[in-house]
Amino acid sequence: MHNRNLIYDGTFDGFLSTVFYVFEQQLDAVTIQSESGVQHIMFSENETIVTDELKANRVWKGLNNKMSKSGHYQLYYAFLSEQAGVENLLLDYIRYVFSTDLKVDKDFSHPSVLKIVQIAKMVGREKHRMEAFVRFRLTKDAIYFASIEPDFNVLPLISKHFKRRYADQKWLIYDIKRQYGLFYDLQKVDIIAMEFPSNFDFTKTNTDYFDQQEFEFQKLWQDYFKSTNIESRKNMKLHIRHVPKRYWKYLSEKQPY
Amino acid sequence: MSFERTQEKLKILADAAKYDVSCSSSGSQRTNKNKGLGDATGMGICHSYTEDGRCVSLLKILLTNYCIFDCAYCVTRKSNDIKRAAFKVQEVVDLTINFYRRNYIEGLFLSSGIFKSADYTMERLVAVAKKLRLEENFNGYIHLKSIPGASDELMREAGLYADRLSVNIEIPTASGLKKLAPDKKREDFIKPMVKVKNEIIQYKSEKKIIKNTPKYAPAGQSTQMIIGASGENDFQIMQTSNHFYNTYNLKRVYYSGYVPISYDNRLPQIGSAVPMMRENRLYQTDWLMRFYGFDVSEILNEKHQNLDLDVDPKLSWALRNLHEFPVDVNTADKRMLARIPGLGMKSVYKILNARRFRRLNWEHLKKIGIALNRAQYFMLCDSNQFERRDLSPEKIKGLILQNSTSKYRSTLSNQLSLFG
Repeated sequence: MHNRNLIYDGTFDGFLSTVFYVFEQQLDAVTIQSESGVQHIMFSENETIVTDELKANRVWKGLNNKMSKSGHYQLYYAFLSEQAGVENLLLDYIRYVFSTDLKVDKDFSHPSVLKIVQIAKMVGREKHRMEAFVRFRLTKDAIYFASIEPDFNVLPLISKHFKRRYADQKWLIYDIKRQYGLFYDLQKVDIIAMEFPSNFDFTKTNTDYFDQQEFEFQKLWQDYFKSTNIESRKNMKLHIRHVPKRYWKYLSEKQPY
Repeated sequence: MSFERTQEKLKILADAAKYDVSCSSSGSQRTNKNKGLGDATGMGICHSYTEDGRCVSLLKILLTNYCIFDCAYCVTRKSNDIKRAAFKVQEVVDLTINFYRRNYIEGLFLSSGIFKSADYTMERLVAVAKKLRLEENFNGYIHLKSIPGASDELMREAGLYADRLSVNIEIPTASGLKKLAPDKKREDFIKPMVKVKNEIIQYKSEKKIIKNTPKYAPAGQSTQMIIGASGENDFQIMQTSNHFYNTYNLKRVYYSGYVPISYDNRLPQIGSAVPMMRENRLYQTDWLMRFYGFDVSEILNEKHQNLDLDVDPKLSWALRNLHEFPVDVNTADKRMLARIPGLGMKSVYKILNARRFRRLNWEHLKKIGIALNRAQYFMLCDSNQFERRDLSPEKIKGLILQNSTSKYRSTLSNQLSLFG
């Protein structure tokens, strides 16, 4: 029998709809791919799956009944890693979950569970890092603006944190890599697409766009960062392990003074 | 606020505050109220790390570095010839709010040199916290220093606005304190600590009856000891620490390796190394006491007054107690699993869960992420391969060290590297 290559729209609902289809049709030899990253697979036929929210919800609810809360989260976290082939790892895992009456999400020596737990952990770490490393800069139109380039698609995971914390200021967090952002308008958080001027440099704080105060507070923060260091305990290896270099370009304290 | 003046003050007063190591911003349950600013629920966040690898979570500053005391170990001591400065209440409020809005910090850690009197100083610290809470509707984290000798009334008020309160006992023994800080008395440190402890107990019991009892220092209190300034051994230090945990219900005791800042001949001289390694071993011991079910006397006692520097304290304990091993990971209880060198509490959790599904072998354990280099000599699993030789403690220690690259080996070794 031919291998079936199922193509979905890249959304989580799309993925869950695909899982629904796999179980409904009792398919065995399948691969699942997002439409943005389709690679042709030899001796297999492509089939596009239409996203269906109702079906997706049924799968999600079904999983919820068979897993602990943390296991349920981990599935979504792992999905947001966007790692090549993660859909197939998730499918293996989901098959294992539905194959038994036990709650298996803590079966840490099972290869599928272990793999998903590990990926979810990486995504969780990135989420936590973004909660820490986002640096807002006050724009002339009184919006606190931050740009990020996370390894994984963590914006959906950090929305609640920032909404709760910065309830009284307008803010916008923009993912440069995935070209979308979260905008809070004092009422609700919206997912938005944005156009930037062609000469806009995300790493620079330019007087054309940013509030005068912004420069002073960045300086004060840089001063603070330097003064609070203890030179005789210097340990750059540890420093870099905590703040990997790829994040430096968006950290105010790491900008040229 | 005038930018240049604030900048100058910030440099001086952040520099003076950096020897306080506490940077914790977790353990409070303060939620955002009325669409205000900030939220201090859930876990703490380290927003950055300094080049010495320490977490930056709070804006940690002194209100002033003017001080009437002359404690030898302290950089702001009266006799030290340094620049002095003092923040106004409003300046601290503005810095905190603006740093917080930019997501630089979780909140404020405010300490102070003691000017005029203990109460005069404490009153000002409280004024900052009060203004942040009541005028700015700030719900971020606030850590205030309890000033030794402050009155009960002020400590009561402080706890209503702060998430955490701390008073540093600094020197682990009363005799060391007498030598290095003759104007200070142990009792002065203890007094605010007792008040805060009692207030927390009262708050917790009242809250059971009246749900909206105003919060009192929800993240508890902590203290700090300087390590390596006054000649105490590890046994004395951890006994003191244990005493403070038990007697005053502290959330944390911090250990701060002494950074030489003075030519005073009662202290290690400028240029001598900061005892970072020893500090690390003390923290490990502290964790063993608080999370791993060890009693401090198992690790440090009359016979073992100092921690080994080349191996961690749990391994060191295991090597002295080989009769307790090997432990079978498929049957042992949580308490014994936690005692196996190389197993952290997360590994223990994973093992306890994973073994409900199948018996675990070396391959499983390795994949789960256990440090087998240390653990293998102390455990059995579902395999007929295990350490059969009757190895002496010295031999095991040698084998483990041989196969590991200790982060501290370079600082321990005085040997010349011939082929390096």
